[in-house]
Amino acid sequence: MNVISVKGLAKRYGERTALRDIEFDVVAGELVAIVGPNGAGKTTLLSIIAGVQSASTGTVAGTGVGASIGWAPQQTALYSKLSVAENLKLFARLEGVADPDRAVLRMLEQTGLGERADERVERLSGGNRQRVNVALGLIGDPPALALDEPTSALDPPQRERVWEFVGALARSGTAVLFSTHHLGEVRRYATRAIVLADGELLFDGLPAELIAANGGDGDFESAFVAFLKAHGH
Amino acid sequence: MRWLLQKDLLILRRSRLLLGVLVVYPIALALLIGLAISRSPGKPKVAIVDETPPGQTIQVGSERVDVSHYADELFSQVQPVHVPTREQAVADIESGNVLAAVVIPRDIAARIASGVSQGSIEVLYNGNALEQSLVRSQLNSALAQANLGFSEQIQRAAAQAIGVLLSGGNLGVLGAPSNMIGLGQIPPALRAIIARQPPGADRTQLQRINRFAEFANQNLGLSKNVLSTIGQPIQVKSTLVQGRRTPLNTFAVVVAVSVSLMFVCVLLAAGGVALEREEHTLARLARGLATREGLLAEKLLLAAACAFALALAMLAGIGAFVSLDWGRAGQWLIALAFGALAFGALGIAIGALAREVRAASLLAFGLSLPLAFLALVPSGSVAHGLYDAIAAISFVFPFKAALQALDCAVNGASPGLGVSVLHLLGLTVLFGALARVGLRRLE
Repeated sequence: MNVISVKGLAKRYGERTALRDIEFDVVAGELVAIVGPNGAGKTTLLSIIAGVQSASTGTVAGTGVGASIGWAPQQTALYSKLSVAENLKLFARLEGVADPDRAVLRMLEQTGLGERADERVERLSGGNRQRVNVALGLIGDPPALALDEPTSALDPPQRERVWEFVGALARSGTAVLFSTHHLGEVRRYATRAIVLADGELLFDGLPAELIAANGGDGDFESAFVAFLKAHGH
Repeated sequence: MRWLLQKDLLILRRSRLLLGVLVVYPIALALLIGLAISRSPGKPKVAIVDETPPGQTIQVGSERVDVSHYADELFSQVQPVHVPTREQAVADIESGNVLAAVVIPRDIAARIASGVSQGSIEVLYNGNALEQSLVRSQLNSALAQANLGFSEQIQRAAAQAIGVLLSGGNLGVLGAPSNMIGLGQIPPALRAIIARQPPGADRTQLQRINRFAEFANQNLGLSKNVLSTIGQPIQVKSTLVQGRRTPLNTFAVVVAVSVSLMFVCVLLAAGGVALEREEHTLARLARGLATREGLLAEKLLLAAACAFALALAMLAGIGAFVSLDWGRAGQWLIALAFGALAFGALGIAIGALAREVRAASLLAFGLSLPLAFLALVPSGSVAHGLYDAIAAISFVFPFKAALQALDCAVNGASPGLGVSVLHLLGLTVLFGALARVGLRRLE
């Protein structure tokens, strides 16, 4: 069953078209990477799926869209004066979670932030903030998670920790849709890649397929660049 | 809304510096404004060089007016510093010990008594253009008061001399006859003599003299009133057209409390909304966890409640030192509550339009301070067109309406509380709507 189903999606800002005729489906347990050059429409697409913005035309349907999808924006959306546990508990309550305290404990355990539970977010490292940011998206136990460049400000060990956590989520059945500029992560972690450029969906398939089709010698980044060049970008 | 309110209170409690500034700054500002409004300027420090010999008097009829009365009148209007010579006075002005000097010359009594020339005094002052303007203004006022007081004494002496001329008696002036007949006694005496005279030239002549005596008596009687009219040609009679007269000290309290209410409320509401954008939590909340209207209402109510509590505490605290009518406390609550709501609405509008807390705070300060001063500009103190513009600006922002509401609640001033409350309610809706428009953009 499709957790997310996008049909004929378009977004216009006045004269400018940010997305045009986007169509794809995501099923449970998939880890889908959305890649593309700057201004391709990755953030716009994720924010429409997450219900932050509305589409100009087209539909986004499924069990994991709008308010029921977990969402972690590119910039961490946390209250820095509150502790990790307080942030989690606040959003658990706002999401209407039946047992907020239990949900907080679950997320602290999943993110490995149990020892930092009482620490204020303003004192956390960038990596840990990002983990809390993702944890907030998951506090309502959503069927899908949208992550907008979750590792953009992190160093390699911190990125590794985030992907361990996200990978475990996908393995447990959560559909994960993420955008990234770290193309190595697509090859390593994504089960599927969607390539956007100038608001158009140019590719939707396995990362290995894109590499094979563009002679990347196993290197996703060079295959991606060759693919974009071949499509005039 | 409950959880968001709880969260904001927790954040506020942990932002100790902000909390401290929000409490201390408006109180300090309010006290300064209160002091500036309630304290009239001090008397100017003026050197007095009195060159008149001690005990010198001016003779008016049988009365003698001591020249020292003039100096006494002047001393009561200024902070006098007695110096013996003009040179010393000049030195004191140059050194800044005094703002000005007044030299009362030796011949002042002789000149006034001569009746042909005015007495004159010399005024010396120093300083830049602003100081000169201030000193001249204060000194002119002091000299006018002293002149008035002295002329009243001379008038009284002159009126007494006229009284002797009318009623008879001893005028006390050198060369004047003793036990003089009064002008008022002449017509009845003449009429008795005329009655005994046979018709003829003498009788006709006496009748002419009598008519003159009657005329002179009537007109000299009027001259007493004329004297007081000359001394003070225009008597000021004040009537307050609208409302109740507001004592300056309680108005200062109203201004101080209104300023505090505005600062706390606008800053807190603006900062609260801007913080959601700065922390990027606004988009997360707006996904269905909280409506934008609910979020704005929560920020408004929190800011209004905090500002209301602070303003009420201030009013009660000041009430210990300034006499306030506690019977009107119910009206205080209404005025403060509606004022806080309007300021809160202005704050959330600022917060929704600004992208970050610093910008929102700066905008809140930058907007609130001039609005407070504009609302205090009295009519007639600036050009008509400019005042109309100031009045229009003050009308569309809540400070003046809140000030009027509180002035009415505390002092019973006009316009009525209902009018001001309706005005504040309208502004709350207006700025609330503006905030909602500003919050359409999530990031």
